[in-house]
Amino acid sequence: MSRPGKSVRQSMAWLHTWSGLVVGWVLFAIFVTGTATYYRPQISEWMRPELTEPTADPAAAATRAAAYLGRQMPDALGWSVRLPTAENPATEVYWWNNPAGPYHHALLDPATGERSQARDTKGGDFLYRFHFELSLPPVWGRWIVGICAMILLISLITGIVTHRRIFADFFTFRRDKSAQRGWLDAHNVVGVLALPFHLMIVYTGLIELGPLLMPWGVQAAYQHDVQAYYTEAGIMMAAREAAGQPGALMPLGDIVARAIAAHGEAPEVVLVTMPGDAASSVTAFFEEPPGLAHLHPQILYAGDTGAELSRSGDVGAATRTGAVMVGLHEAHFAAAPLRVLFFLCGLMGAATIASGLVLWTVARAPKGADPAGFGLRLVRVLNLGTIAGLPTGLAAYFLANRLLPHDLAARADWEVRGFFAAWILAAIAAALYPRARAWPTSLAVAAVAFLAIPIIDALTVAQARFLGFDAAMLAVAVLLALGARLAAKRPSRVRASHPNLAGAVEA
Amino acid sequence: MSARSMPGLTYRLAVAGRVVLASVGGYGVAALSAALLALILPMPRSEAVSTGTLASFAIMAGAVIWVFAARTLLHAALVLGLIAVLLGTGLWLAGAFTTAMAP
Repeated sequence: MSRPGKSVRQSMAWLHTWSGLVVGWVLFAIFVTGTATYYRPQISEWMRPELTEPTADPAAAATRAAAYLGRQMPDALGWSVRLPTAENPATEVYWWNNPAGPYHHALLDPATGERSQARDTKGGDFLYRFHFELSLPPVWGRWIVGICAMILLISLITGIVTHRRIFADFFTFRRDKSAQRGWLDAHNVVGVLALPFHLMIVYTGLIELGPLLMPWGVQAAYQHDVQAYYTEAGIMMAAREAAGQPGALMPLGDIVARAIAAHGEAPEVVLVTMPGDAASSVTAFFEEPPGLAHLHPQILYAGDTGAELSRSGDVGAATRTGAVMVGLHEAHFAAAPLRVLFFLCGLMGAATIASGLVLWTVARAPKGADPAGFGLRLVRVLNLGTIAGLPTGLAAYFLANRLLPHDLAARADWEVRGFFAAWILAAIAAALYPRARAWPTSLAVAAVAFLAIPIIDALTVAQARFLGFDAAMLAVAVLLALGARLAAKRPSRVRASHPNLAGAVEA
Repeated sequence: MSARSMPGLTYRLAVAGRVVLASVGGYGVAALSAALLALILPMPRSEAVSTGTLASFAIMAGAVIWVFAARTLLHAALVLGLIAVLLGTGLWLAGAFTTAMAP
């Protein structure tokens, strides 16, 4: 092992090893949940089987949503209404009176404007938010994810410097030479094969968190007035100043109807700013136009009269570049085949991290009968708990969705508790298994948990439209089972599953 | 410090020093660059801010790599410090500190 202060390449190898290790477990969870997020709408749909295609038109749904919000918080700072679509058949509303939160949330039946009868769940949104907030308070979670992303960027750069024979190494796979060689080659293959994706996803992820992580440009040029920057850059339009006296909002559906007439399609989201004020504003956000940039066209209306106040214009080259980066990260532009490719690249990212973590332990395994040191044992336990434990937790999250009673209080929170409880239990159990059996047993547990998902779904909901989701769960179960079998076969030489499989622990 | 013995205290302190310099110094240089670019780039204000923010993460990555690639910790610290002083002077000349204090 080289150290800083020796040759540059040795220093970079040292930095690659240690920077990858310290954040590897968090990064694995970020990659797995982020990869699942490519199918967030499908996951949400599966988790709310009661919802079917909306029958109400968007304007009527908006008026009903405003009536509901008016009963919850008439003097709110803001309401947001996501109108029903074929993909998201419920009206989703948020309301708040403090920009720092709390943000109250409800799903409404578009036809009645009352709370949806669908089971209470966070659906795919839980995985989406975990991906960049880790279920921590948002600012803390985002900073931790941002720091991990920066360290991953360093790891990728130093990894490239370390493997300077990158193309020669790519065509080398010495599976039968020694465990360490095999793991190193596997790590290189999955790392290099999707390297452009890895570099893209980590840099664009940093750009997504840019306003939080790097606010100093805005601070220098706008003295912390972030909204002024967003307005000038054309990212988000500013609402009217409050009049300070109460006023009435016109029926929200009428404004939505105007927006449909003006733009040719229904807005995706309608934002009402200060609905109880005489100078209330309604901003209609439309779907991104075709293309890479994550920029939503907007029209601003006066909330009391419905008069159009302004429209979002074109944005400059630099801002558009940033928006394209965000668009690349979120892949909203990607149709089904490209989405599959992004999904597979995300899995390869998880596999790169998992194989790197296992490689660290394999390379440091004591020779002969020497006892393993505390550090090595700790890394082994954390590897097991993360790489095999997280999939078990994910399976438990989906199973809890099908098995918890519908009328359980705070049901959505119990699903999340099921996720963490299963993850923690699986990790503790993996630490207690005899070492030779630890990988096969813990991967088999995860495989059985995923296998249970289509079975339980068939026994409880059994709808033909979920066959694709259930088949995907079955595929994950098969991959995990193959990983368990591989790990059982040659316990002395292959200490974990094949990395491709270990990484494919995904919904 | 021989490569065969356990790493000594000096070595550990040197590594810790590089980690601190890379994270604090790297972020500092990136933040100063983002602020300076936002003020001096010849383009609309919002565009300059966007450019600075987009570039800042690459600048931080470059600074971190430099800290670990430099021959000694002192060398790394001197070069990074010099860059930070130059960026800070540039910000001062661009009026960043006076504007912030103006009523």
